[in-house]
Amino acid sequence: MTSLVLLEFDAAGIKQPSRSAVAAARKLGEVHALVAGSGLDEAAQAAARLPGVAKVLVADAPGLDHLLAEPAAALLVALAPAYSHLLAATTAVGKNIMPRVAALLDVQPISDIADVVDADTFVRPIYAGNGLATVKSADATKVITVRAASFDPVAAEGGSAAVETAAIPDLPNVSRFVSAALSKSERPELTAARVVISGGRGMQAGENFKLLEPIADKLGAAVGASRAAVDAGFVPNDYQVGQTGKIVAPELYVAVGISGAIQHLAGMKDSKVIVAINKDEEAPIFQVADYGLVADLFTALPELAAELERS
Amino acid sequence: MKILVPVKRVVDYNVKVRVKSDGSGMETAGVKMSMNPFDEIAIEEAVRLKEKGVASEIVAVSLGVPQCAETIRTALAMGADRGILVETDAELQPLAVAKLLKAIADKEQPTLIILGKQAIDDDMSATGQMLAALLDWPQGTFASKISIEGEQITVIREVDGGLETVTLNLPAIVTTDLRLNEPRYASLPNIMKARKKPIDKLSPADLGVDPAPRLITLKVSDPPKRKAGVKVGSVAELVAKLRNEAKVI
Ligand SMILES: Cc1cc2nc3c(=O)[nH]c(=O)nc-3n(C[C@H](O)[C@H](O)[C@H](O)COP(=O)(O)OP(=O)(O)OC[C@H]3O[C@@H](n4cnc5c(N)ncnc54)[C@H](O)[C@@H]3O)c2cc1C
Ligand SMILES: Nc1ncnc2c1ncn2[C@@H]1O[C@H](COP(=O)(O)O)[C@@H](O)[C@H]1O
Repeated sequence: MTSLVLLEFDAAGIKQPSRSAVAAARKLGEVHALVAGSGLDEAAQAAARLPGVAKVLVADAPGLDHLLAEPAAALLVALAPAYSHLLAATTAVGKNIMPRVAALLDVQPISDIADVVDADTFVRPIYAGNGLATVKSADATKVITVRAASFDPVAAEGGSAAVETAAIPDLPNVSRFVSAALSKSERPELTAARVVISGGRGMQAGENFKLLEPIADKLGAAVGASRAAVDAGFVPNDYQVGQTGKIVAPELYVAVGISGAIQHLAGMKDSKVIVAINKDEEAPIFQVADYGLVADLFTALPELAAELERS
Repeated sequence: MKILVPVKRVVDYNVKVRVKSDGSGMETAGVKMSMNPFDEIAIEEAVRLKEKGVASEIVAVSLGVPQCAETIRTALAMGADRGILVETDAELQPLAVAKLLKAIADKEQPTLIILGKQAIDDDMSATGQMLAALLDWPQGTFASKISIEGEQITVIREVDGGLETVTLNLPAIVTTDLRLNEPRYASLPNIMKARKKPIDKLSPADLGVDPAPRLITLKVSDPPKRKAGVKVGSVAELVAKLRNEAKVI
């Protein structure tokens, strides 16, 4: 039984959600990893250093740049016969590609697993995480996306896998990458940060997110947001934490001016420690907060920044 | 150009659903049901394309129990032209839904199919991509803006790092993200008009599809409960607790 994990990478190496997907795959047996795109030398070397990876397949073709779903799925389908499980992280890339692969293999994908019970049986959250379903797959090949927040990532270093070139199948040419407008930030990625501080509608305006910055700087935190803050245009879409945004489980999550709707809780309630700052003491966010501060955020945030600065 | 929009009947997003005491599933009896919010966005986008003269006909499709007809009526009241109900009491998973929708697409020959990016009950986020695969069409998932020019559609997608723009050959699949539009409320006259719009009824057998689920749910359990926390009186107390008690800063 061997699994193949589709990895995402950037200049800094293999992305943390992909390393969590490798951790999930290790529970299933031997692990091979796949990097796809062009100019893959560094990515292949980084993949080979992941502990627990036995082999790295390198699929080098310009048609695989940007991992468009149509060619990437064709590649995975071509590689599938050698594998019992195909996995990727539940990221925009994984969610885009893996269901397409599953349909081409005539299998039902197993989306966003939070635990591995055995080779056929997995736990996945449903209804915004209000239920944890244990599901057993009857399909020959398991096509899986992995909830990164539920699996401690494997380290970036420590392994020494063999690197092989993958044969490239005919790649469909029906879609074209035009451009990417990526948010630039010096901060850690939301899904990899040890501390996350998120603002909601209570922040009132995009510029008020500046109030979070000295605190984020001090704590090495990523900045997130509720859907309402994104819809209002305070911050870009990739800040959204929740059922339909990013799922995070940091050591510390600070929710500022966020009411605590089910959909938001779904994205952060597995955090180790939750702090809520809200002026409404009845706000549902206090029901999940370890530490609640009933206060106006416009006075509490500068105070918090000063308090952290002081010590 | 014809647009097909699959609309799913789900538990309303405001309802907090609980696990059944026997662990066999979620307690959904008697709770408010609505159209999946992402599918409202899909219908809205189709209606806007029709208002702009880009689309000529919008067909709303729902699969499931007979009450899915109500979900289709909502779509018709928002501006869809006609409905197709694939009626079954069977549990439908994305693979079966995608196969049924493929059979409908083969008959209807739409140029564009707009689905929600995710059903808020099963949280699968799979059906659109699977339908695209079965039809051998390109896919523009998690769309926050679309524009159609000639034989192509350009989709701005919400991705983890921000936004990505792709151009796809038509026919194509689009799945909606939250920022694509703000769905309208159906007006009373349009709700009245919707009553006269036709809904065709089919069964999975009519479409030659075996909808049997491939994933068997062994049990559903409650997520871990968080223990009740405390309210702190000041920022200084908060920082002290985080430092000395929780030891996270
Ligand atoms: C299909 C669907 C998917 C969704 N997905 C997500 C998702 O992924 N993530 C998500 O977050 N939401 C999601 N939502 C939206 C969710 O239902 C809520 O509407 C949203 O989370 C509310 O955001 P909020 O808490 O910032 O705003 P509100 O609910 O308006 O809360 C604002 C809070 O700020 C407090 N406040 C105001 N002023 C101050 C002040 N000066 N000082 C301190 N506190 C103040 C208020 O007391 C209030 O509690 C989704 C909804 C739907 C229908
Ligand atoms: N039973 C159904 N009837 C109609 N549309 C559906 C059904 N199931 C899924 N869909 C469509 O597929 C999208 C994604 O669903 P899912 O893959 O289950 O998260 C939904 O937003 C709908 O557009």
